[in-house]
Amino acid sequence: MNAPLLPGFAQPEDHAQRVFRLLLDALARPGRVQTLPFEFAAPAPLAPATGAAALALLDYETPVWLQSADSAPWLRFHAGCPLVDDPARARFALIDDAGAMPPLSAFAQGEPEYPDRSATLLIQVAGFAPHASTERGPTLRGPIWSGPGIADEVRLGVVGLPDGFWRDWQRNAGHFPLGVDLLLVAGAQVVGLPRTTTVREA
Amino acid sequence: MSATGYNFAYLDPQTKRMIRRALLKAVAIPGYQVPFGSREMPLPYGWGTGGIQVTASVLGRDDVLKVIDQGSDDTVNAVNIRRFFARTADVATTDRTAEATVIQTRHRIPEAPLAEGQIMVYQVPEPEPMRRLEPREAVTRTLHALADYGFMHVKLYEDIARYGHIATTYDYPVMVNGRYLMSPSPIPKFDNPKLHRSPALQLFGAGREKRVYAVPPYTRVESLDFEDHPFSVQRWDEPCALCGADDSFLDEVVLDDAGGRMFVCSDSEYCASRQHAGHTGPAHRAQRGSLAAARAGEVGIEQGKPVPASNDTASARLGRGPASS
Repeated sequence: MNAPLLPGFAQPEDHAQRVFRLLLDALARPGRVQTLPFEFAAPAPLAPATGAAALALLDYETPVWLQSADSAPWLRFHAGCPLVDDPARARFALIDDAGAMPPLSAFAQGEPEYPDRSATLLIQVAGFAPHASTERGPTLRGPIWSGPGIADEVRLGVVGLPDGFWRDWQRNAGHFPLGVDLLLVAGAQVVGLPRTTTVREA
Repeated sequence: MSATGYNFAYLDPQTKRMIRRALLKAVAIPGYQVPFGSREMPLPYGWGTGGIQVTASVLGRDDVLKVIDQGSDDTVNAVNIRRFFARTADVATTDRTAEATVIQTRHRIPEAPLAEGQIMVYQVPEPEPMRRLEPREAVTRTLHALADYGFMHVKLYEDIARYGHIATTYDYPVMVNGRYLMSPSPIPKFDNPKLHRSPALQLFGAGREKRVYAVPPYTRVESLDFEDHPFSVQRWDEPCALCGADDSFLDEVVLDDAGGRMFVCSDSEYCASRQHAGHTGPAHRAQRGSLAAARAGEVGIEQGKPVPASNDTASARLGRGPASS
């Protein structure tokens, strides 16, 4: 009745470790674009990096909220993660259409004594614009990122986030140490956005 | 060399995923202690089970691992942990700080500056900086939630009232990113400034207490102090006896039973590479007999733990004891 499922990691141990290090680097160095070090195919609408991150991090201990259910059979088979309808109950959320995503406050924010019990959101975007200017002059003035993991500040534009997203992000940072952490994904690229990162629109 | 019948780097994939998720949250909330399901390891608690589990979860085939114990690559704990990962993960190992991608450490930070891309893994016996002041976990959790660290300031103040200065010399509490009070693990306070805005990612693992925490690169790490009693680090009157370094943490080594002693770098790789580069200390300039004594002292360091500072006078007194009686 269904098309055959796509395979998981070709080398489960090795690939999971490399994807984890990429995600660790992404969250430890926010605003820096990390690229998946191997070819990987994930079922639509998941981007390769979203699928890889899911297989590296998800298992029976992590309730997951899916924005679109198309990848549910693949996730259930390879990761065995429970899927939940209520975003507030999810440890991870996979979001393929950032324009239609719920506000960040809809997801688990953690508790004052246990701020780690908050959601990690994988949000797929159209792309990143790390350079503020092109050879034809400054065309994209990306917002300025600062915080732990960033030596001074970096400038990185994110294409495909909904209007008002950075205001929502500011509200998220205002609740520190509570709040969600984000992994922004474009194809095979990942950028970490932990709750400690301040993003100023230029 | 590599052992068969084990998972890569010993831990099973599900345990690694659990620890990895905890590490990601630890990085996202700098200095906050994330609970994790610490596993039984093939060595007892107190020997670095937390650090080993963090290293096992982070390590990949291309990594180059360095393990130090009190600054030395050649002490029992360091040798065993290094061999453990060489066998179970078949990774390359080194004693050169600059070549390592992952450095697991017990109670020191290497003297050579760390670089971007390196990961420090600290072995932590007691992750809660306020535990000796408040034994109840539920209470210290609440204090962290409220960022109420008055306790710790009172403790430091009582030091000043009693001794005239802050008497804490190791495991000196730090404030991370202006929010969480954190134990830097029992490193000497000499190493505290190296935590501040380090380009390396720093991960901490406490196996018995089942906590991991982290300091991302370039994060503010401030040692607690008072305006009129600013934080300061240990200083020595003499340079390292073997390599002449005047900027490194020195261990005191008792040489004989007549009060003879010398000071040598605690970071053995730093000391050796300086000597290799032609630097010499007072011991080399001394007579042949003293040099032999110095060598004997060097062997002493490698085999046992360096003498803690508080015992220095006691051991010196013991040394002199028979002569005076």
